[in-house]
Amino acid sequence: MKRTPPWFLTVPALAVGLAVLVPIGYLAARAFDADPATLRDLVWRARNLELLANTLALASVVIAASTLVALPLAWLTTRTDLPGRFVVTLLSILPLAIPGYVVGYALLGIGAPHGPLSSIFGVGGPRLSGFVGAAVALTIYNFPLVYLHLRTAFASMDPSLTDAARSLGLSPRRVFERVTLPQLVPAYLSSVLLVLLYVLGDFGVVSLMRFETFSYALYLQYIASLDRTYAAWLALMLLAITTTLVVAEFRLLRDLALERTGLGAPPKARPRRLGAWTTPAYAFIGVVALASVALPVWSIVYWMGQRGAWTDANELVRSFAGSLSVSAPAAFLATLLAVPMAFLSRRHASGLTHVLERSAYIGYATPALAFALGWVVVVLRAAPWFYQTAALLVLAYTLHFLAQAIGPVRAGLHVATPRIEEASRSLGLGPLATFRRVTLPILRPGLTAAAILVFLSCLKELPLTIILSPLDFETLALNMYAFTTEAMFAEAAPYALSIVLLSALLTSILFHKVGEER
Amino acid sequence: MSLLLVEDLFLRFRGQARPAVDGLSFAVERGEIFGLLGPSGSGKTSTLRMIAGFERPERGRIVLDGRAIEGDGAFVPPERRNVGFVFQEFALFPHLTVMENVMFGLHGLPRGERAGRAMEILERAQLAEHAARYPRQLSGGQQQRVALARAMAPRPHVILMDEPFGSLDPDLREDARRKIADVFREHAMSAVFVTHDQTEALGFADRIGVMREGRIEQVGTPEELYNKPRTRFVASFIGGSNILSGIGRGDCVMTPIGRVPIDRDATGNVTIALRPEHLQLEAATAGEPSGQVVSRVFHGHDLTIRVAFAEAEVSVWDDYRCPFRVGEAVRVRPREKGVVVE
Repeated sequence: MKRTPPWFLTVPALAVGLAVLVPIGYLAARAFDADPATLRDLVWRARNLELLANTLALASVVIAASTLVALPLAWLTTRTDLPGRFVVTLLSILPLAIPGYVVGYALLGIGAPHGPLSSIFGVGGPRLSGFVGAAVALTIYNFPLVYLHLRTAFASMDPSLTDAARSLGLSPRRVFERVTLPQLVPAYLSSVLLVLLYVLGDFGVVSLMRFETFSYALYLQYIASLDRTYAAWLALMLLAITTTLVVAEFRLLRDLALERTGLGAPPKARPRRLGAWTTPAYAFIGVVALASVALPVWSIVYWMGQRGAWTDANELVRSFAGSLSVSAPAAFLATLLAVPMAFLSRRHASGLTHVLERSAYIGYATPALAFALGWVVVVLRAAPWFYQTAALLVLAYTLHFLAQAIGPVRAGLHVATPRIEEASRSLGLGPLATFRRVTLPILRPGLTAAAILVFLSCLKELPLTIILSPLDFETLALNMYAFTTEAMFAEAAPYALSIVLLSALLTSILFHKVGEER
Repeated sequence: MSLLLVEDLFLRFRGQARPAVDGLSFAVERGEIFGLLGPSGSGKTSTLRMIAGFERPERGRIVLDGRAIEGDGAFVPPERRNVGFVFQEFALFPHLTVMENVMFGLHGLPRGERAGRAMEILERAQLAEHAARYPRQLSGGQQQRVALARAMAPRPHVILMDEPFGSLDPDLREDARRKIADVFREHAMSAVFVTHDQTEALGFADRIGVMREGRIEQVGTPEELYNKPRTRFVASFIGGSNILSGIGRGDCVMTPIGRVPIDRDATGNVTIALRPEHLQLEAATAGEPSGQVVSRVFHGHDLTIRVAFAEAEVSVWDDYRCPFRVGEAVRVRPREKGVVVE
């Protein structure tokens, strides 16, 4: 029963669509804004190939390593009788609270001169940097994403399928290969997509570890030279890789829509008895927890105790206020815009609304540096007065993270159906009163979750902030990054700690909220 | 005057060639339970939604309690129609307790009286002890009773119910049907409900309108529809009649199964409906058309036997004594007159 969507839904959605696509369009225009000879030289540089190889190598290694860590953890915490599964689950999610570049900082800080290792052994430890350092840091941050997806897939899997496979004559091992693993594939692929987007868009880790991927090269090019043509080309190439991979992923995912057939709730699986494997399982979990939680925390805490950590409390307060002053408006704006986007996609599904909703996801998937550069190009050309203002930063945050806000609102609309609103109408309430007394209260938890999610992302955000923030603007992330690049680990520590604590706090509020709804 | 009058309603959804509701008319009397019965896609739910004001017809008129609520340029929005709607999936407010759900429509009452009225209704629906619970904490049957209590609380002119028993367990339906019918009779409540289930319609409604492709084919009491179907659609939809065509010879028709007496005189090409329970199996005799038993399904108290003739296949309900097996040749003899249908 389709109806034409009202203007107050379409206008904001159209504005979002335009605002996402215009900077990308300008970027392309800027890239081709050179004479053909120069263009040929820029595009066919050997360096591009090297960057491509670096970027893909890093992404593949991070994905492979995250899988090797996450798959056993997910299986152990859902399908076995391992004691302490809840704690293991927490430990497996916890690294999400430590942004990639903070992990990078912690890893660099561990082996630095006068760092924790040298204080114990007298000499600096192995310095993790370059490819290995970047891969380790990115894996630590990303494996929890894979874990969460696989865990959900394991938990929702219908155990009668494995029973069926056993009764058809397959050994437990063959059942795992032929029934269990294939069912994990859709969830696994969606988590791989997220990891992929993160690694391609990552700037903090690769720049701290000095490993040249497209993102890092783009940044170096941007700050080193006034000629933006090559920077624009790097951004376009990064965008092309991202698009190719995302489209390939979607293709794969679309062909794999697995759904449970049959009626009734899926029965609960019998947990597998670990027996003699309990000790090796704990050893594995111990190593993972040590590397992903204990080591970063130790490093941060160690540097907090060093001279230099407590020199300038004012600066810390100032940067906190700075973070708040851009993250809060962006969270509010993104949540506000998510409402019409979610309404359109759920209530007025059509080709156009589908494209509009997609534009939010394009904003999210576009690597942050490329998105930022796009905005620089547009603003410098069309509205120079807007360049390096807090408002521009808020706008870029909003468009980049809008997709995160749409999810929870959509989920809320799954409950607040048109039927519920009609029930209210037939009980005597007009459209406005119905929105106020029925739709809004049902959506409220989703709106809160959306705002917290976006706020958290903005708080941790680095590349957009570096490129777009006003001069002399300070945020927690900016200051932490600046000190770390100068190898001032003690001075960076308070910022790292603040970011980790804030992330942990907000994440736990989020989990608590979601848990309450269930 | 009728309580509810629906005249010549016409509704077409965007992008669809065939109208969902196509010139529909019927009337509901006060205190009556009226059922709209039809297969899915026949426009029943759309009709109900137009009566509630959730959907606007392209043309047509709806009059409720003497007031035009749709048509002739009038449109009364749903919140001012004073109709109660019970949704198929109940649509209880998930953020409100059972009590608050029932009180939701009582804003017309003074504040002090609302809780009392809601409690009174909950007690009658045997839900008083669940008043403080949230809908998700209730069973399907309880949720349905809350939905009904919520719709009845503001004392609407009419209760509209969309597949009211569709989301209940089959063993709960019979019981729920009886209880709700009792409540409606007790309060002289008028109701219109929609269903695709003929058992439900026959057992619950005072009168039924059989719908097909956006129109009503026939209106009548359950007995009338069962015994005197006017069209072949009504005959086969209700009770699964055998439809046979043949040549009318006055008071009988020559059909593929032989000569069948009919309820009124007819000549030329005639279509008749024959209930499976009105047929009897006999051993084939020479000179009479005979068919072959193609299947025999045992139901416990009776049997369904399908018999294939040269140009038709019929279902026969026979009792446990039926001696005929699959493959045997039999003759089918009508025990009642065939009903001539359009």
